Amino acid sequence: MSNFKENVETRYKISNLWNVVFTTATVISVFMLILLLLNIINGAFGYVAIKNTIEPTELINSGNLDELNEIQLIELLESHLSRGLIRRFNFEKPLKERSNTELMNLIFERIIEPRIVKSWNLKESILEKNSILHYAEKELPGAHIQFRAWLNSNFLIGSQASIPELAGIRTAILGSLMIILLTITFAFPIGVGAAIYLEEYSVDNMFSRFVQVNIYNLSGVPSIIYGLLGLAVFVRGMEPLTSGAMFGYGDPTTTNGRTVLAAGMTLALLILPIIIINAQEALRAVPQTMRQASYGIGATKWQTIWTHVLPHSMDRIMTGTILAVSRAIGETAPIVVIGASTFISVDPSNIFSKFTTLPIQIYQWTSRPQPEFRNIAAAAILVLLILLLAMNGFAIFTRNKISNNRRSN
Amino acid sequence: MSSTMELKMHKEERNIVKDDRKMIVSLKNLNVYYGNFHAVDNVNLNLEKNKVTALIGPSGCGKSTVLRSINRMNELLPETRVTGEILFDGVNINNPKIDAVAVRRRIGMVFQKPNPFPKSIYENISWGAKINGYKGDMDELVEKSLRKAALWEEVKDKLKQSAMRLSGGQQQRLCIARTIAVEPEIILMDEPASALDPIATARIEELIYELKKNYTIAIVTHNMHQAGRISDYTSFLLINEDRKGHLVEYGVTDDLFLNPKDIRTEEYISGKFG
Repeated sequence: MSNFKENVETRYKISNLWNVVFTTATVISVFMLILLLLNIINGAFGYVAIKNTIEPTELINSGNLDELNEIQLIELLESHLSRGLIRRFNFEKPLKERSNTELMNLIFERIIEPRIVKSWNLKESILEKNSILHYAEKELPGAHIQFRAWLNSNFLIGSQASIPELAGIRTAILGSLMIILLTITFAFPIGVGAAIYLEEYSVDNMFSRFVQVNIYNLSGVPSIIYGLLGLAVFVRGMEPLTSGAMFGYGDPTTTNGRTVLAAGMTLALLILPIIIINAQEALRAVPQTMRQASYGIGATKWQTIWTHVLPHSMDRIMTGTILAVSRAIGETAPIVVIGASTFISVDPSNIFSKFTTLPIQIYQWTSRPQPEFRNIAAAAILVLLILLLAMNGFAIFTRNKISNNRRSN
Repeated sequence: MSSTMELKMHKEERNIVKDDRKMIVSLKNLNVYYGNFHAVDNVNLNLEKNKVTALIGPSGCGKSTVLRSINRMNELLPETRVTGEILFDGVNINNPKIDAVAVRRRIGMVFQKPNPFPKSIYENISWGAKINGYKGDMDELVEKSLRKAALWEEVKDKLKQSAMRLSGGQQQRLCIARTIAVEPEIILMDEPASALDPIATARIEELIYELKKNYTIAIVTHNMHQAGRISDYTSFLLINEDRKGHLVEYGVTDDLFLNPKDIRTEEYISGKFG
């Protein structure tokens, strides 16, 4: 009689059970991601009911503006718009010098003035198309129904506006990009430098362990606290620097230090511990034998680090940096605290400009009462996701190139 | 800089010892501590010029530690302390004033696991020479080093290829070539063949035999037969009751293997323990 039970079948059952558990976990997370994406897309596209403030038929009987000549078009403008506005247009470019198309665009924007009176999301637009059309016919006389992608070229290149269909996110995109570039510029060299010190140079003593523990702790501090720190140190404490006054930038709107520079520094501070920890892990993964090989032929510490340790760990360091920077792009709380402008239509022109970012813009739009703002918020989220994807894609591409070079040369 | 000067200055004094056997390295009362752990206890050992000295003994007896002391690799490990004298060409190099980096060019090292740099074969050889200020013809140096390491014929057509694509034995010979390229006087080998198959091991052993014409070699090995085959002198180390490694016996290899003076040496080489 053997002392072993024939338990292969039971063991297989347990093994299969775990397989099912893990598969389910993956399915759930993928499902959640799809749900998130669908929810956003649902808001970013759909039917809209557009109503003209003045119907073209009220301007000309046939309703066809093409029939009018230049003089008649100018007459139309002058009779419907205020003198002040006409004077402004003339100042920009005299009406008489404008082409027919330009004049008709003016009439369209200023007199006919189409406005979105109601919008539907993508799900309703697909599933309940007929009832939407019925509803519009009954409740919204004179409105016509049109399918609208809220994420369109005008949205991307337009600046902030108080009317949702005219609002764009160029300013926010530029703000986000500038801040992220600054964040990387500050956080990457300092973070990698600190990691090199901690891993390669520092000796294991009370002090280095104290520093290490604090770095781990800092990586878990809520981002809003970094915002408060940024407000105290970068916005208020270093105001002459961050407002640019030190360098002779006398812009009165940013003299308070609430600038792109302050935001970049705050976010750099926020992701610094994450970059340090990831870079340390990367350096630790470099085999000790490689360092020995280098020292064994008479290399100094720096030659060893620069020629062997860093190239060997750069792909891992970059992976950590990508993750950290992705987090920084989406950060809202610290940016709110240090005082991003929620409504600006002027692009940030340099690091001492006031700014807004994509997450701020999204947050601000979702808190507006008009439902159309939710549509453009969804469109802005899509832009943010695409931006993230593009930046990560580029970083991963670069990283893979580095690691391929390392492995195959 | 100053340390190399010092090394040169002492070269003349070296000849004071009038002995046909030129001791290029003498360890005097060598003690190594890892933190509070006393790993090597009072080892006295000589390396004769152009001879192979083997260090044998069971695992953990401190033979690798002794070897690493000779080119001051031990100080790369945290909290390691080495006391005693390490005379190299008559100069005590176990001295903070002597630059370890300069010492390591003249006392090269080959490690247990082949560890070529993940770069091309050519760069593996040239890098060490470059950082040590080599001014001559690099192609020539690479060829010369690879020939001395008996690797040239196998790799001459693929010098630009990654060293990682070589076999284990080839990689280890490349590591030897890399060490030779910076023109050391001594080569320390820490179980250089223990990760290799018997054929690759045989080639390394042949190579060691060739290399001793130009270099002094100290080799740590687990393999007593290997020590018997390739070495001129053998030292046998063992840990005592306090777990300190110490030198039990040192002598001409043939004497030590045929007429061991210490009973423990006899038991070890006859395979009773270890």
